[in-house]
Amino acid sequence: MSPGATDVARPASEGPLLNVEHVSMRFGGLFAVNDLSFSAAPRQITAVIGPNGAGKTTLFNCITGFYKPQIGQITLHHPNGSMRLERLDDHAIAAKAGVARTFQNIRLFAKMSVLENLMVAQHTRLMRASVFSLAGLLGLARYRRAERDAVELARHWLERVGLTAQADEEAGSLPYGHQRRLEIARAMCTRPQLLCLDEPAAGLNPRESAELNGLLRSIRDDDGIGLLLIEHDMSVVMGISDHVVVLDYGRKIAEGPPVAIKADPAVIRAYLGEPDEAEVPSC
Amino acid sequence: MARRAVIDAALAGLVAAALAFPMLGFRLVDSATGLSLATRFDLVLWAAGLVALGRLGLGLLRASTIGISLSLPALPNIRRPVGWVLAVAALALPLMPFADRNLMDKATLVLIYIMLGWGLNIVVGLAGLLDLGFVAFYAVGAYAYALLSQNFGLSFWVCLPLAGILAAGFGVALGFPVLRLRGDYLAIVTLGFGEIIRVILQNWQDVTGGPAGISGIERPSFFGLSFKASAPEGQQTFAEFFGLDYSTDHRVIFLYFLILILALLTNLFTLRIRRLPVGRAWEALREDEIACRSLGINPTLVKLSAFALGAMFAGFAGSFFATRQGFISPESFTFIESAVILAIVVLGGMGSQIGIVLAALLLVGLPEWFRDLAQYRMLAFGGAMVLIMLWKPSGLLSAREPTIRLGERA
Repeated sequence: MSPGATDVARPASEGPLLNVEHVSMRFGGLFAVNDLSFSAAPRQITAVIGPNGAGKTTLFNCITGFYKPQIGQITLHHPNGSMRLERLDDHAIAAKAGVARTFQNIRLFAKMSVLENLMVAQHTRLMRASVFSLAGLLGLARYRRAERDAVELARHWLERVGLTAQADEEAGSLPYGHQRRLEIARAMCTRPQLLCLDEPAAGLNPRESAELNGLLRSIRDDDGIGLLLIEHDMSVVMGISDHVVVLDYGRKIAEGPPVAIKADPAVIRAYLGEPDEAEVPSC
Repeated sequence: MARRAVIDAALAGLVAAALAFPMLGFRLVDSATGLSLATRFDLVLWAAGLVALGRLGLGLLRASTIGISLSLPALPNIRRPVGWVLAVAALALPLMPFADRNLMDKATLVLIYIMLGWGLNIVVGLAGLLDLGFVAFYAVGAYAYALLSQNFGLSFWVCLPLAGILAAGFGVALGFPVLRLRGDYLAIVTLGFGEIIRVILQNWQDVTGGPAGISGIERPSFFGLSFKASAPEGQQTFAEFFGLDYSTDHRVIFLYFLILILALLTNLFTLRIRRLPVGRAWEALREDEIACRSLGINPTLVKLSAFALGAMFAGFAGSFFATRQGFISPESFTFIESAVILAIVVLGGMGSQIGIVLAALLLVGLPEWFRDLAQYRMLAFGGAMVLIMLWKPSGLLSAREPTIRLGERA
């Protein structure tokens, strides 16, 4: 078990971690997400796939609080109580509900060092430990201990993503693949219950993509949290996801294990258009 | 290549001529018979010619293979020692044989701007919130001290924290409405805020004395010992207590040390808070607000804390200014002051503490020393700014030191 793992033991009967019920998000007259319901289980990788413009990123923004859905409810079942995410501010979703995310176009603190990025991610904890930095200003032991713990967690995640040697470098100067991994490490440093990844494999070469699969699997198995990911790269989706939700024009057109999704006629139609005969998409 | 340089030079000459035509070409002459207009077109031609020649020279230089490098070699990590050397030099300055009253006055002025620069650095350099109305908090601090001391008879040492708290309150008051704004929009609103404060000070006659300002502000005392020539009944002056001959220099030196200590405290505070969660959150907010939100950082609190703390130091500096001058009026808190403070921060290299010291010396100190240049002073000032921006576009010291390291210091 890592220091990043959950502090509280999960109840034996594992219900869903995230429940999305009848969520609709409209921009003007366009339904980006339309009456969508699904759930994601803890210790599972749930993938959301769909053609461009299917509403995947909008759904993500609703879950992480960057958008407020007009209709529907999103519930996160936390070990210490359930939370209605659509009622929380985006920063409260990250701080209180334990939902962390990464972005399609990486958003690191480019001018800060790799380690600092991971320290910023532990802001909430450190603020509490330092009484809004007052204890830190006075140099109290209480803060120094908290900071040491934070550095330890950061070191742990640097090792997991293989960036220990680059810890003191500027985050913006890292190569693209490293930046992607750092963003995941940063999200994990918030000690989340649910990790949302927006196209984590975009722009990675096949080797990096395979490494990423390993990392995501280890987060699922070793840290015991739920992962929700949007992905275009089918090798990632089919390779590691336990459960797949397929969106098209904001609606859910299929849901199930990857093998079933591969053969689902509605999915094939959405991806390849109307085929003459049933055909398995090459992926 | 040469042809391009010539065309370029001709264009530059034309622009210079167009600019110089109204500015240099005409001159109001105040003669016995009344005002008349004199023309000086020869000066316009000279200006255009000089600019064109200079431009041609630059163009040819650039075209040639030699080329001059405008960049300095990267400085090794000497900032820490430089900081200590500067601090010791500042402490020892009053003891130097050449430290006359004039020099101490100028040094005090520079230190006020250094402190203001360090205060604004929290808002602009660290949190990345462009504030063009910083002088408003300076004014709040100055008026807070002046009014509290005149109306309630409070001493400087009681008023100093009060002025800081009041200025911080105004910082939060400004912060709230501008929370959603960034960059240019934020700059416009803060600019407006600075003017609002000045206009209020100018027009609220009953309280602030309006354009006439407040005079006869109480001077600070050294633990109750005043720096006057004679103390009132039952009290001692500084000179009497220490058995010194009375000299006006005592107060000047005392004020110098006072602002030096205040400025160093500001510096210590900033250096320390950069390594704390709040300070890191400021810098993270400057880099990417959306990422901050996704990590559970409440941007409202982070921004307000930056505004409040930056304003607090301006408030301290303001009450020092009031007690040093003994007289304040809205004239001292115009937009140009905000611009100078911002220029100090930007020129110093956003976020760099030592850079701000150097920039304040350059921007405030040099113009004071070169008063002999009279009307060419501002020209030299402008020229120096252009040169620095050419030579170091991101400020004098722009390299950033991480606030925490995993490995050993490189």
